[in-house]
Amino acid sequence: MKAAALPGALAARQPAPPAAGNNAPVKRRLPRVEAASIILPLLAGVGVLLFWTALSQTVSPDLPSPLRTWQESKRYVLNPFFKEGEMSQGIGRLAFYSLMRVMKGYSLALLFGTPLGFLIGLSKFASRALDPLIQVLRPISPLAWLPLGLVIFQRSEPAALFTIALCAMWPTVLNTAVGVRSISSDYLNVGRVLNLPRSKMFFSIILPATLPYVFTGYRLSLGIAWLVIVASEMLTGAPGVGGFLWQEYNALVYSHIILSILTIGFVGFLLDRLMGTIEARFKST
Amino acid sequence: MSYLELNNVTKRFSTPKGTREVLKGVNLSVQEGEFAAIVGYSGSGKTTLLSLIAGLLQPDEGEILLQGKPIDGPGPDRGIVFQNYSLLPWMTAFENVHLAVTARFRDVSAAQQEDRTQHYLKLVRLEHAAWKRPNELSGGMRQRVAVARGLAMRPKILLLDEPFSALDALTRASLQDELASIWERERTTILMITNDVDEAALLADRIYPLTPGPGATLGDPIPVEIQRPRVKRELSLSPAYQKVRKQIVEFLTRKRAGAAR
Ligand SMILES: Nc1ncnc2c1ncn2[C@@H]1O[C@H](COP(=O)(O)OP(=O)(O)OP(=O)(O)O)[C@@H](O)[C@H]1O
Ligand SMILES: [Mg+2]
Repeated sequence: MKAAALPGALAARQPAPPAAGNNAPVKRRLPRVEAASIILPLLAGVGVLLFWTALSQTVSPDLPSPLRTWQESKRYVLNPFFKEGEMSQGIGRLAFYSLMRVMKGYSLALLFGTPLGFLIGLSKFASRALDPLIQVLRPISPLAWLPLGLVIFQRSEPAALFTIALCAMWPTVLNTAVGVRSISSDYLNVGRVLNLPRSKMFFSIILPATLPYVFTGYRLSLGIAWLVIVASEMLTGAPGVGGFLWQEYNALVYSHIILSILTIGFVGFLLDRLMGTIEARFKST
Repeated sequence: MSYLELNNVTKRFSTPKGTREVLKGVNLSVQEGEFAAIVGYSGSGKTTLLSLIAGLLQPDEGEILLQGKPIDGPGPDRGIVFQNYSLLPWMTAFENVHLAVTARFRDVSAAQQEDRTQHYLKLVRLEHAAWKRPNELSGGMRQRVAVARGLAMRPKILLLDEPFSALDALTRASLQDELASIWERERTTILMITNDVDEAALLADRIYPLTPGPGATLGDPIPVEIQRPRVKRELSLSPAYQKVRKQIVEFLTRKRAGAAR
């Protein structure tokens, strides 16, 4: 019954059904590590280091050179979890604090953003009421939200979470809403023909059909939550990578600014990879 | 009185280029337990007609009666097998059918719901693939899941939209036989849409030709007086079959020439 079993003449005649290829095992090509994909980034990295060195030797004498940055930072990197005081801790420990804070704010963003996205996607009324509001709130910088959070909550920690949640929720809201609106009418018709009750319509059809979009939103939201962490820690002085960065700037240890920046970039990259993997899982089913 | 009845049904779509009358003055009557078929060219409005009967679309004029009562939106008394099957890709074959069973038989115990689901999967000979998702099934298997889902609704009438047109010739032939034997056992009233005259003659009791659109309408039904079980190989030799075929082709080509003028 499979295409491959047909004699040539018939096989040639058959219209390609949507299923034709899918039944054959998909050939997975092993990720072939090309030499270029290692050498090129390495070259680019060396280029940046050279430029950085040149910069620190010439126009900007306060900028620590790569070598000095490494010498002053290696204690934090090689022993990433030590703790000597509130702000003298290994970079791994600081990153962990920041991560915990981001996770709390991010969870809040998802907790509010996901239902809001479904509401806007499902209800024309809600979408017309809230869309303009979201368009206005979305571009507001975390630096603007944070003072408001401090006014509302009086304490820095909830203000930081408030800021992270408010800035990070929009991609989740918008992607979820778009996902709901782009559900194929074929799937909805199945539910209509079966007269599914509302709850079943939602959990059996609308939710699973929207999940890939929701997870795209989750990935983008996490990226933003991580962007916001530095700003919120800088202004509140909370222990974490961002707080460390600001403190070391005030203490004139500029090499640690660079250490913090690299750490933020690296952690952000890992988070994006992680969410990308999860997202891909949902896309494939 | 006929079981399903369409009186003067007209359907228009408004498009950016103005309104398009897709169906005009369609009359149809299907008897209980009957296997009726509608044959027409591609794009003439067959899916539109079936969506109207399913209640997914509302007619602009005319009425649609099921057992004498006007239909009111979609409902599981009219099971439908969509042209593209519309299986839910995140559910296994079992779950796709189970969804229909649970929607239709809400007051039945969970164990009985599972039994019923198994029953319909067995009916289309898919027990072995019950735990596969649609993207792991061949076209023919997906088609059978869709039929099982349609039957599992225990509909008063089963609507089939070109159920076999996406399949290769061999698969199509074997599924046609399967559908014939399922129909003979279950005696569900069936309305099948097809673009294949031979398929209609093989399966149906009566065939309605649909004129090419725009403003497509159904011709008078053509009875197929060939004894069952019908065997595809012997069909072409039967004089009754040749008569049916000639009538349909003549009707459709005449109308098409008329439309072209
Ligand atoms: N929602 C819609 N809005 C506007 N035009 C539509 C809509 N649905 C169908 N049509 C038009 O109505 C005509 C009939 O469409 P329909 O899908 O019923 O044809 P069909 O006979 O099922 O074709 P096929 O054999 O290819 O499945 C087509 O010209 C199509 O473009
Ligand atoms: Mg169609």
